Amino acid sequence: MSLYQVQKLIYELNRDPRTRERFSAGRDAVLAEYQLTDEEKGALTKPDIGLLYVLGVNGQLLMHFAALHKIEWPDYLERMRQGLKDHGQVREGVYAATGYEGVEAHDARLKNEREKR
Amino acid sequence: MPLIYCGACSHAPGITARAERADTQTRQAVEAAFGRMGEEIRATKPDALVVIAAEHFANFFMNNMPAFAIGMADSYEGPIEDEAFLRIKRTTVPGNKALSRKLIERVMQTVDVAYAEEWKFDHGISVPLHFLTPNYDLPIIPANINCQGPPLAPLARAWAFGEALRAAADAVPERIALIGTGGISHWPATPDSGKINAAWDQEFLRRWTANDRQALLSYTDAETYRDGGQGGFEIRTFIAAAAAAKGAKGTVQFCEPVPIFAVSCTVARMQIAA
Repeated sequence: MSLYQVQKLIYELNRDPRTRERFSAGRDAVLAEYQLTDEEKGALTKPDIGLLYVLGVNGQLLMHFAALHKIEWPDYLERMRQGLKDHGQVREGVYAATGYEGVEAHDARLKNEREKR
Repeated sequence: MPLIYCGACSHAPGITARAERADTQTRQAVEAAFGRMGEEIRATKPDALVVIAAEHFANFFMNNMPAFAIGMADSYEGPIEDEAFLRIKRTTVPGNKALSRKLIERVMQTVDVAYAEEWKFDHGISVPLHFLTPNYDLPIIPANINCQGPPLAPLARAWAFGEALRAAADAVPERIALIGTGGISHWPATPDSGKINAAWDQEFLRRWTANDRQALLSYTDAETYRDGGQGGFEIRTFIAAAAAAKGAKGTVQFCEPVPIFAVSCTVARMQIAA
């Protein structure tokens, strides 16, 4: 509903150590400064990376938000995939999933192509 | 004096963040290509390096999004990303406020650029600098094109920005080097991370090395999104660098698709007359 507000809070948390400190000291006070639905508040505090992805959060914000929560890269990708299974396709923005064979299969294909050359 | 170096390279965070997950040979080849680029830049004895980047919400957000911006400070901090994630230590990078101001005043003659006395680097600048100027001893002048929050800067304006930067660099006595950094096709930070349209990348680089203005500006955002993903919008940085080369042709010095790094890792240079 208010993707802009969700993204703005993530933007501040990603770039501003003071916002991070305020958020960990008093989460609700920071959340109250943004116009968020209960679903969005829940996704931000859990954090539910899969749902935030489906809500349409720009990947460049979400990737760093996940890193901030010490979520490892493969886990980050898996959480987005799970989000798609649980909530359906991305609802807004330009970061929709478009389908991909996966890094391992892709690497194998490139290796085959190199060997043929 | 006339621009002394003009090139373009990738900046994908995976290049450092997931370095060990690529095979050793690939990783070393990518790092060597960046290393050579750094040597070539240093060999031109620059006083400053202009980095045309496509930042990812380190400074600019949709509350007040400039199409174009140039930093105007004596130092910059970065990267903003979690250090353990990006594996680049946060540091202070030198700038040159007075030189920035002179360049901005020139650029403003033709492009309505925003200036920023505060600027935090993200991987878009920090990953290239990690390889190109590992000692952080060369003043950096960051420039940005909005490639993230639509509506995006039109390609023709990205070209105009590159032309304006070139005219500005030529007009000051300092020796200025310039690079554009961005991905070509990629679907970064999505479940499709690793997807690369290598054929589209090659065609783009063919147009770039030919410095074919019309062909470079003929992509629509819808086509780029379809063929090159949301990351493909960063072609604007390459296009601005091509414009800054003022008709010179280019060479692709390295270009290999590396799925775990999420892009065709690219290093390219325009053969400008120094």
